[in-house]
Amino acid sequence: MKRQVPLVLCFLFGVATILTRFSPHPYSQFFYEEVNSWVLIITPFALVLATVTLIRAHVTRIRRRTEYWQYSFIVFAGLITMVAIGVPFGPQYPAFEWLFNNIQVPMDATMFSLLAFFIASAAYRAFRARSFEATLLLVTAIIVMLGNVPVGDLIWSETSSMKQWILNNPNLSARRGIILGVSLGVISQSIRIILGIERSYLGGGD
Amino acid sequence: MLDKLMNIDRRIVFILVALAVIIPTKLSVNLPISVSEPTQQLYDYIDNLEADSTIMIAFNYGPAGLPELHPMGRAVLKQCFDKDVRVIGVTLAPDAPTLANTLMEEIAQESGAMAGEDYVFLGYRPGGALVMLGMGTSIAGVFENDYNGTALAEIPIMENITNYDQISLLVDFASGSTTEQWINYANTQYNLQIASGVTGVIIAQMYPFLQTGQLVGLIAGISGAAEYERLIDAPAKGMKWINIESFVHLLIVGLVILGNIAFFIRNRQEE
Repeated sequence: MKRQVPLVLCFLFGVATILTRFSPHPYSQFFYEEVNSWVLIITPFALVLATVTLIRAHVTRIRRRTEYWQYSFIVFAGLITMVAIGVPFGPQYPAFEWLFNNIQVPMDATMFSLLAFFIASAAYRAFRARSFEATLLLVTAIIVMLGNVPVGDLIWSETSSMKQWILNNPNLSARRGIILGVSLGVISQSIRIILGIERSYLGGGD
Repeated sequence: MLDKLMNIDRRIVFILVALAVIIPTKLSVNLPISVSEPTQQLYDYIDNLEADSTIMIAFNYGPAGLPELHPMGRAVLKQCFDKDVRVIGVTLAPDAPTLANTLMEEIAQESGAMAGEDYVFLGYRPGGALVMLGMGTSIAGVFENDYNGTALAEIPIMENITNYDQISLLVDFASGSTTEQWINYANTQYNLQIASGVTGVIIAQMYPFLQTGQLVGLIAGISGAAEYERLIDAPAKGMKWINIESFVHLLIVGLVILGNIAFFIRNRQEE
């Protein structure tokens, strides 16, 4: 029963939801909107699950005194402070906004900004013309990088036009191929799940 | 010597990057900016809207995407307020409401736009695609109140707005894959016109949708923001930062070329 009931529900809701896309009848549309609103229930469950997992992971780190275990206390301090202020008073409460603007924003921006340093170092090391394909990648990357900034056109007036051509033609073709491939994969996987052929989402061995 | 050139210590690269950012900042360099076609398309689309049209702006980014996406958000909001186009702001990112609300208030104050009449920020709702689908039927069904807690029925700008049928355009400022979701759910199912402003790393993903017309325009990273600032004739952070970025790009290209020259010479010597 633990496996049959979810499989039957999955089949019924999967087929019914697909059929709603082919029928503009009010009952069909009502069912579609109602089922969509049920899916929202998953969000709070995911939030609770994520919070519990985070707490358990850091409690374990503190208990086992793993490397840098002291930082786990900062995780708890941040979590407790934001929840203690945000839940009762809301996100527009001055103290919450102050913490967000003066702690989360600069820290997040700093983390993202560090990428510039690592990308510069990685590009210097990785972009070597070792083969024809690597050379092609190298030349394309240089054109797109220079075409993305005003100095590119100062070096050669056609740089931004070439960048645009690369994005409009080879890039677009490759992206479209990827989108079609992914879409066909999603459709086939969905059919497998609806028909009960793919059962790994039920957990455990089959 | 060649080995040294091929393996420059990464700390030296970091220092060079820092200098490539700091020096142009202090020198206030102004390079000429040419406008790309996707940016021009979005500008023209908004420019051709009638006064009192309503557009929706989705601020789907957190603090990490702020440096690239805030300047373009600022430019589009300014263009809308200057043209008397009304703006409804929403977000599907939990860390965006404070940023988006502050930005809308700031630009509205600069442009003399009135809260509730010329613009409204509805805030955040969880659910992603479900929020997009829900607003296709009823915006008030998804957002009962605006960000300040005022019921939608009491907000003048929302008086004649029920769903996407009354929205002329949705502009998604995104640091993730939300634009593709807007296209799948709001454009395909409800025929809502979509435009996008995205961070540099996801520009390439947007081009298939531009070619099919599913995106009416695209602001691509900080260079797109600078182009938009040029179009509205309001130089700000976008134009300042793209000039700085020019030097960092030049540095990276220079390092890559240097590394390859050393690589080739060493290969020749080994042969």
